[in-house]
Amino acid sequence: MMIGLNHYLAVSAILFGLGLACILVRRDILLILMGLEMNLNAANLALVAFSRFGHGATGQVMTFFVMAIAAAEAAIGLAIVVALFRKGKSTRVNEFRTLRG
Amino acid sequence: MPTIEHITWILLFSPLVAALGILLFTRRAPTVSAAVSIGAALVSFAASVKLFLVVAGGTGVVIAPHIWLSVGTFTVEWGAVVDRLSVLMLLVVTGVGSAIQIYSVGYMKGDSGISRYFAYMSLFTFSMLGVVLSPNFIQMFMFWELVGVSSYLLIGFWFERPAAAAAGQKAFIVNRIGDAGLILGILTIWACAGTFDFAELAGQWQGLGLTPLILAAAAGLVFCGAAGKSAQVPLHVWLPDAMEGPTPVSALIHAATMVAAGVYMLCRVSWLITASPMVMTGIAWIGGVTALMAALIALTQSDIKRILAYSTLSQLGYMMMAVGLGGSTEAMFHLTTHAFFKALLFLSAGSVIMALHHEQDIWKMGGLRKRMPLTFGAFLIGTLALGGIWPLSGYYSKDEILLLALEQNTALLVVGLVTAFLTALYMGRLLWVVFFGEARDRRLAGHAGESPWVVTLPLVFLAVLSVVGGWYAEVPRFLSPEYHAVAYSDKVMAGFLAVPVIGFLLAWRVYGKAPADDAVLRKGFGPCYRLMESKFYFDECYGWLIENVQGGAALVCETFDRWIICGAGVGGLTGTARMLGWAVRTVQSGDLRFTLFVTGAGVVALLLWLLAG
Amino acid sequence: MTVVDSLFLFFSVALVLSAVMVIVSPHAVVSALYLTLVFTFTAGLYILLQAFFLAVLQILVYAGAIMVLFLFVIMLLDRREPCRWWSRNLPALVGGPMVGLTFGVAVWATLKRTTWPEVAPETLFRGDLAQVMTPVFTRFLLPVEITGLLLLAATIGVVVLTRKEGQP
Repeated sequence: MMIGLNHYLAVSAILFGLGLACILVRRDILLILMGLEMNLNAANLALVAFSRFGHGATGQVMTFFVMAIAAAEAAIGLAIVVALFRKGKSTRVNEFRTLRG
Repeated sequence: MPTIEHITWILLFSPLVAALGILLFTRRAPTVSAAVSIGAALVSFAASVKLFLVVAGGTGVVIAPHIWLSVGTFTVEWGAVVDRLSVLMLLVVTGVGSAIQIYSVGYMKGDSGISRYFAYMSLFTFSMLGVVLSPNFIQMFMFWELVGVSSYLLIGFWFERPAAAAAGQKAFIVNRIGDAGLILGILTIWACAGTFDFAELAGQWQGLGLTPLILAAAAGLVFCGAAGKSAQVPLHVWLPDAMEGPTPVSALIHAATMVAAGVYMLCRVSWLITASPMVMTGIAWIGGVTALMAALIALTQSDIKRILAYSTLSQLGYMMMAVGLGGSTEAMFHLTTHAFFKALLFLSAGSVIMALHHEQDIWKMGGLRKRMPLTFGAFLIGTLALGGIWPLSGYYSKDEILLLALEQNTALLVVGLVTAFLTALYMGRLLWVVFFGEARDRRLAGHAGESPWVVTLPLVFLAVLSVVGGWYAEVPRFLSPEYHAVAYSDKVMAGFLAVPVIGFLLAWRVYGKAPADDAVLRKGFGPCYRLMESKFYFDECYGWLIENVQGGAALVCETFDRWIICGAGVGGLTGTARMLGWAVRTVQSGDLRFTLFVTGAGVVALLLWLLAG
Repeated sequence: MTVVDSLFLFFSVALVLSAVMVIVSPHAVVSALYLTLVFTFTAGLYILLQAFFLAVLQILVYAGAIMVLFLFVIMLLDRREPCRWWSRNLPALVGGPMVGLTFGVAVWATLKRTTWPEVAPETLFRGDLAQVMTPVFTRFLLPVEITGLLLLAATIGVVVLTRKEGQP
């Protein structure tokens, strides 16, 4: 069976769904950030797959940028986690409720 | 040489100019204000005389109406009607008015609001002249309301006294009730005939082919306005209270002119009244009932001004009765003579009140005949005229009305005769208690002396008019040139004269002995006395009505307002907004996980929607 | 079944299993390690897609930098007790997988319906360094510069965010 674009896209979709589930299920901020990274990876996978199957370098260039930004975002997210932990001594998300409406 | 039109406008507007001038410029100079006001009144009087001469020589003049405003089919015009009827009334208003204003200089001396007083008097004169001169309903209604306002201002002149303020309000409100009917009547007429102009309507009204019901409705509604202004039952309750105002005000407005405006209006629109026999009968009876009831009440009152006020009510009843019996000319005749002698009586009473330092209870007076001979003389003439003693003016005018009743309606004739008897009785009572016998309150009487010439001169003027006013039937013949006195037998006329004579004799019998109070009367009437003394409980009835009916209506409205408008309406709106806000606010719970969930679910939903579409 | 195909199968299954383990582990460290595995298997998939440069970059950046950072922070927080994420969490346990599942099913259904246009073998892209980087430094130079600024901002932000009180 020829592995085609659809297969890769299917994997990407599964990974994205798992990342979404990880974000929504876990209470720990760190785990949420990990889920976020999984999402970004899924997106990258899809981009690379498209790039391979006929769309040239553009997809991979985009992936390159996504990676850079993901790195920056992870850094900042973790800095926030550190600051929050210093403040509240916890990383449980449901304990940070000060942004009430 | 100024034209008729100019003279008319000068006549009408000089009192207004005087009023505005006083209010704007001369408030601090009471003497100047008085002079301005009296000057304007005399100017108007001179103009009235001139117009009288013009009209007496030829026919009436109608000042061509200018179109004032016009909206679609609704047109309001401005003009003036100068004919025999209006000229007669103009003479009465300006003549009597000038005399009273001169009198006021003496009466109001020392009062702090003299300028305001004269401004209001001029304003009133302007309004009244406007009513007289109006050629159409809208203009007349405008001035009609102005007259009501002037009356309110003058009744409540001493506004720091709660009784005076309340009396002013009462007068205005009761007038207003009548005016509501008047407006409806005017609109009914316009809806039927399409015009407001009296001359046009006089010609058209009969020929419009309206049903008797509509004719009665129009006439009846317009009569409501007249009933309010002329204090007929049941809208009479404001007139006695209006005595809270200064005595010259009572003389001018509530005896001679304003209350007569209702009668004048009905005479002006006689074409309307005569079109509905049913309404005419109603008017006659209301007049008769008013006359009788007022006379009964007058018999029991102790305040000199109140007695005269009820006397006015009674005479107005006579005038209305005349109108209802088809005798506009007779009504206007009585109006004219009544203006003379009633003003005379009020001004004399004012002279007495002034002399006794504003004491108005007759049971504190007595024996003033010797101390104030001129005032006594004037009062005597006024009393005899009012009673209808030959050869004074009141005899002629009142008997014309009685003759009308004799011809048409025997029941009303009886009412008229009984009232005449009572009139003589209460006026005799007044005369003897106040002027004869010994002073009941020595300290008070000690000060009494004759009043200054500013006061007594108008008295003389009016006394002369009261005497000669009825002679040669000049007045009625002036009004309707083809008028001739109804044929009467000497026996009838003697009978009519006998009634007041008997009344006076009875009064002399009871009060000539100078009793200390009204005990004889109380015993004589027995249980009825209380009914009469309490003015037949009209005020109490109205008070109950207002409290319960209007109070009930107010309660309904308040409930509606509170529960439906505020509760359901406003509360509903705010509640809805609040609920929506709460619904939206739950999204902003500060719970990150919930936010994430909503975001994720939203994205997926969007995806599904895009895929489906 | 060719080698490529079986490798694809291996990598994909391992990827999915590792991702599930990330979600399910009670310890944060274990989750982080499993995430590293996820990234590694993704790199494998990249290689199968002939995106060599990106595969290396994936290992270097994700597994080498980001996960290290994660592990540093987890170690910094130093929590020993396992996180019982399944207790008192019912709404999330129901809602989360449901959302994810819905997404997956939606995409799968769409993919079933789509037929991609035929790609001739010579147009299959081979992503080696020159192929990928030449457009980056020519056509996409501006985004490069902006990304540089962004990284600078991130650096400064991190320094500011993690200051203690009183530090300059």
